[in-house]
Amino acid sequence: MTEITLKQSTGPAYTRLYAYGAARGENAVPNDDIVGPINSSDEWIRQRTGIITRARANAETNAIDLATEAAREAVERSGVAPEDIDAVIIATISNPKQTPSVSAIVADRIGANPAAAYDVNAACAGFAYAVAQADALIRAGAAHYAVVIGAEKLSDIVDPTDRSISFLLADGAGAAVVGPSDFPGIGPTVWGSDGSKAELVGMNATLTEFRDGKAPWPTLRQEGPSVFRWAVWEMVKVARRALEAAGITPADLAAFVPHQANLRIVDEFAKQLKLPDTVVVGHDIETTGNTSAASIPLATHRLLEEHPELSGGLALQIGFGAGLVFGAQVVVLP
Amino acid sequence: MALTNDEVLAGLAELITDETGISADEVALEKSFTDDLDIDSISMMTIVVNAEEKFGVTIPDDEVKNLKTVGDAVTFITSHQA
Repeated sequence: MTEITLKQSTGPAYTRLYAYGAARGENAVPNDDIVGPINSSDEWIRQRTGIITRARANAETNAIDLATEAAREAVERSGVAPEDIDAVIIATISNPKQTPSVSAIVADRIGANPAAAYDVNAACAGFAYAVAQADALIRAGAAHYAVVIGAEKLSDIVDPTDRSISFLLADGAGAAVVGPSDFPGIGPTVWGSDGSKAELVGMNATLTEFRDGKAPWPTLRQEGPSVFRWAVWEMVKVARRALEAAGITPADLAAFVPHQANLRIVDEFAKQLKLPDTVVVGHDIETTGNTSAASIPLATHRLLEEHPELSGGLALQIGFGAGLVFGAQVVVLP
Repeated sequence: MALTNDEVLAGLAELITDETGISADEVALEKSFTDDLDIDSISMMTIVVNAEEKFGVTIPDDEVKNLKTVGDAVTFITSHQA
């Protein structure tokens, strides 16, 4: 019998992010509009979360629409032809229809049909997970250009009377195009999970319980203080490992973009990381709210709009959330 | 050597002042963290983590809910010091 050697694909040595795109829910909802059912005040919400307004979408707008808008901007800015995109990865937890995937529809809408397309369920770490996958797929030769998107319409899964998380949540999508590079543009991803803490944040019921009348429409809940403790003091260790894996120190960073969970988390995280004053911290939560998987690319998009001089600099991004899951990497800003 | 109640109270008051700006004089054993000192759950967690480091104790999340007053925290810390 003749020996046959199988071919295996290989790709370019390096990848980078080419461009970002963003879309936010059409309505800036102020605290005063939501304080009634939680017996709260504008001051209470600002003090605990930093949020002044959150972006919430119209009833007829869904996560697919938001993802499409963000992806179109990223693709246009990247200069990559839509037909050359052969992977579309969307991180989302809020699309009310489990199948077909959000990503297949978005791939078609942006002109990337028949790209490989799939959704990632990694909550607020979803974008970092998707970047890790795009980077690996391209370097392995499984794709040439990828669009990674975090897209959420969380306002569909909030309870107006919930004081744990609902008032933080918002709608939006952030996208980035990933492709081959002449230089290392995406550092090693430090990622993982801890399912023993699955109950700390997530949905409060299943769809079958809702169907059988045993539970109201499932919405998000969290054990706020426990999540805060994990999100800062445990995630600081992950952030440090990502810096170490990339072979850099905090002083080498131009920017730090953590998941926009809550301003108190963002600020305490930056403090614990002991970042030099030269590092710009991504802030988007004040007027966007917490958009889960979309928050890192939305914050990065805003950062680059407000500080175009950061282009070419290094940014540490870290996502963390329901699972529990986490993912962090250092990237070169486009 | 294990710290006395007074020493733990003084150390805890320092941590509370650092986090909230509340004067150390106001921190007394009978004061409730939420009702008297108006410390929210996120600040409470920050104080807890800093207290763990300062006093070399472990304060699990489930235990934090039982620490209603400054005295509760002082008692927990003194009885759990290595």
